[in-house]
Amino acid sequence: MQFLTLVAVLALMSAAVYRMGRGRAQALAVTGVHRLHSLPSYYGYYVALWCGLPAVLLIAGWLSCEPYILRALVVGALPPEAKALPAARLSLLMNEVRQLAASGDFRFSSSPIATAAAEQYRVLRANSFGAMAVIALSLAIVGGFYGMRSISPKLRARNRVEAAVKVFLVASSTLAIFTTIGIVLSLLFESLLFFDKIPLTQFLFGLDWSPQTAMRADQVGASGSFGAVPLFTGTLLISVIAMLVAVPIGLLSAIYMAEYANPRFRSVAKPLLEMLAGIPTVVYGFFAVLAVAPFLRNLGQSIGIPIASESALATGLVMGVMIIPFISSLSDDVISAVPDSLRHGAYGLGATRSETIRQVVIPAALPGIIGGILLAVSRAIGETMIVVMAAGLSAHLTANPFASVTTVTVQIVSLLVGDQEFDSPKTLSAFALGLVLFLVTLALNVVALHVVRKYREKYD
Amino acid sequence: MRSSANADRVAARLRRRYAAEKRFRAYGVAAIIIALGFLTVLLASIIADGYTAFVQTEVRLSLDLDPSVIDPSGKRDRADLSSADYAAVVHNALLARFPEASDRAARRRLFRLISQGADLEVRKLVLADPSIIGSRREMWLPMAASVDQLIKGNMARAPEKGGQFSERELAWIDALQADGSLKTRFNKWLFTGGDSRQPELAGLWGAVVGSFYSLLVTLALSFPLGVATAVYLEEFASRNRWTDLIEVNINNLAAVPSIVFGLLGLEIFLNVFELPRSSPLVGGLVLTLVSLPTIIIAARVSLKAVPPWIREAALGLGASRLQMVTHHVLPLAMPGILTGTIIGMARAIGETAPLLMIGMVAFIVDVPATPLDPATALPVQVYLWAASPERAFIERTSAAILVLLCFLAAMNATAIYLRKHFERRW
Repeated sequence: MQFLTLVAVLALMSAAVYRMGRGRAQALAVTGVHRLHSLPSYYGYYVALWCGLPAVLLIAGWLSCEPYILRALVVGALPPEAKALPAARLSLLMNEVRQLAASGDFRFSSSPIATAAAEQYRVLRANSFGAMAVIALSLAIVGGFYGMRSISPKLRARNRVEAAVKVFLVASSTLAIFTTIGIVLSLLFESLLFFDKIPLTQFLFGLDWSPQTAMRADQVGASGSFGAVPLFTGTLLISVIAMLVAVPIGLLSAIYMAEYANPRFRSVAKPLLEMLAGIPTVVYGFFAVLAVAPFLRNLGQSIGIPIASESALATGLVMGVMIIPFISSLSDDVISAVPDSLRHGAYGLGATRSETIRQVVIPAALPGIIGGILLAVSRAIGETMIVVMAAGLSAHLTANPFASVTTVTVQIVSLLVGDQEFDSPKTLSAFALGLVLFLVTLALNVVALHVVRKYREKYD
Repeated sequence: MRSSANADRVAARLRRRYAAEKRFRAYGVAAIIIALGFLTVLLASIIADGYTAFVQTEVRLSLDLDPSVIDPSGKRDRADLSSADYAAVVHNALLARFPEASDRAARRRLFRLISQGADLEVRKLVLADPSIIGSRREMWLPMAASVDQLIKGNMARAPEKGGQFSERELAWIDALQADGSLKTRFNKWLFTGGDSRQPELAGLWGAVVGSFYSLLVTLALSFPLGVATAVYLEEFASRNRWTDLIEVNINNLAAVPSIVFGLLGLEIFLNVFELPRSSPLVGGLVLTLVSLPTIIIAARVSLKAVPPWIREAALGLGASRLQMVTHHVLPLAMPGILTGTIIGMARAIGETAPLLMIGMVAFIVDVPATPLDPATALPVQVYLWAASPERAFIERTSAAILVLLCFLAAMNATAIYLRKHFERRW
């Protein structure tokens, strides 16, 4: 709340200063219009930037350093017996302190040490906010004054303002790169900690996945085993089933839409098909659990095949339906992009429409279709909610579609939802799985985008 | 002779080829029918399961707001009033209706029929106007979820078919129904309440507010950033290695699984920047990353669609590049950009997996007051309720899905309207 007030005050100050700057420039313009370099409003923007920008930068910098400085101060003031705690316990204590300070309700404090530290944390944070507000506001005032003073007919206000805007444009366009770097670094950092404890070869080639590490070191089965092969095969099995559903249906409907359907049918059926892509995946997951899995289980019972209620088949089927629109709309695009001259040539030779499609259009569109299928595969591998809700939790190394398997994404979710300790291999393994997932989907995407782009260039 | 045999062969082959043509066409039609059939079954089953959740069985009771039960001290102190034993008021009303339930076991069964949250309704009424203490009041109170399911026909009456009620309880319920004091009324708890372990009191409002705050953060960040990126790439940057790298990154991020963004959020926003866990602020930040590529790509397409002579005319009249963009190109491209933004937002509102990673899956009763409070989001609420075993929660999960789909439909309809009415073609 306080923070919003501070931001609002800064915004109001900038707006006021904008009007003042513009007014001053207009006054100068009245005395001699030809001498003003830019339009008056640019002088206003110029002063407003001087007023708001330094303060905003200060606040951003302050907020990103504040937690660390506060933490160091609070830890430094802890009694010696608390300082001697191992790092993991200390960070738990600090978490509690932060939560206590945030709620302001010390009744649930676990120890007097935590209460005292939380009190101190609160005071420090309030002081820090006060100091930040004062410095930010004075920066805004000083900046505003400086900006106002520097208004003169010779000031190239427009160029300065445009330079600032351009810096913003460039900065926001680099965000995509920073996101990728952030993903890689955060996954890599935790994964390296994981591979410190579990060798990479055991992770990649081990056949047994049971990440339940024990609380005490002397317990039976104290060290979980982290062989991820059953997860990879489970993911693969479900993705293959999904593609077996999605590729024929998606491709055939795309061919029909692009080659046979009249515009009216197309204008109705295409948006309806794309609705399948717009439905949130959690809805598909619920549908798989509620309707598809019981239906398949009963069907299996009546014909004598045991089908698990969390079978890969049910999950894959539903996922396949979700993917249909990806394949159909991408294939529709590439099929429509095949030049008509190829079709006319085939018709001229006496081919029927289906022969033309099968022997001329599809081969010509094949690279694009394959690119679309690869994108769909990467989508299937990374799909989370359907499998979390409908697939199993325990890892089985099997290729039987009627059995229950688990996937990489299911394990990531089950390892990271709930309480976590940030140094146990159990939690860290989720990041290792995430890294594998990221690398595999990245490779698929790069290849697919490359293929699609190559193909586009061919007919453009 | 030979030529007629040849003609027969050709005719036969032609028949085969035409049959193959028809078959191929039929495959295409079949594929579309299968896909749309699945869509129909999905929507129909969710509507069939969910529409009953919009009403809730309630009972009309005549409550005796006895001062000796509610406020023995007689001081009308607010703290006393808010911690008073309203359950006793409700139970007394039930006993007055069914005096035959005298022994302990029978009473317990009788009290089980009404929702455990019924006393909260009475409390709300009394706290709003303490002067009613001492009077009698007719009030509609929620029945327990099991009774609700029985009335809606989702649960069988007979115990051997899964019914949970004994003969006696069924007789009470029938008696209430016979004199019109048991009715299904509009389920206000679903739209005003937070989450609850009692299905009859569980509501979506907390999740809706959580989703709203998340989307607010997402919109505030991803719209300016997305438009700025698109403008830079389309209008300012020259094609070189650096912009190629940015483009490749954007295209890849559009296809990265959303759960990976959740891992990024967990590591960077929660562990490094120590932002509050489970908060819509962090949810919004993660969803910004998820929806940015969509918005950038859509914005670039609509910027590209603005014809070059607009730019040339503006520059020719002496506008700077930035003036050309802000005064001419952006306004013309804005309908397309807004359409893309709404589609990106629609993707963000249905996104669940990254929110699980940053802890927006807790059981949270309170409706979040600020974007920093712990909250869930609509799709996460669907996930949480879907994991609850009670039959009543299946119904409410479907209802939550219907609400979510309504939001999505509204957003997409807005996008289509914008596209149809404001997009210019040259």
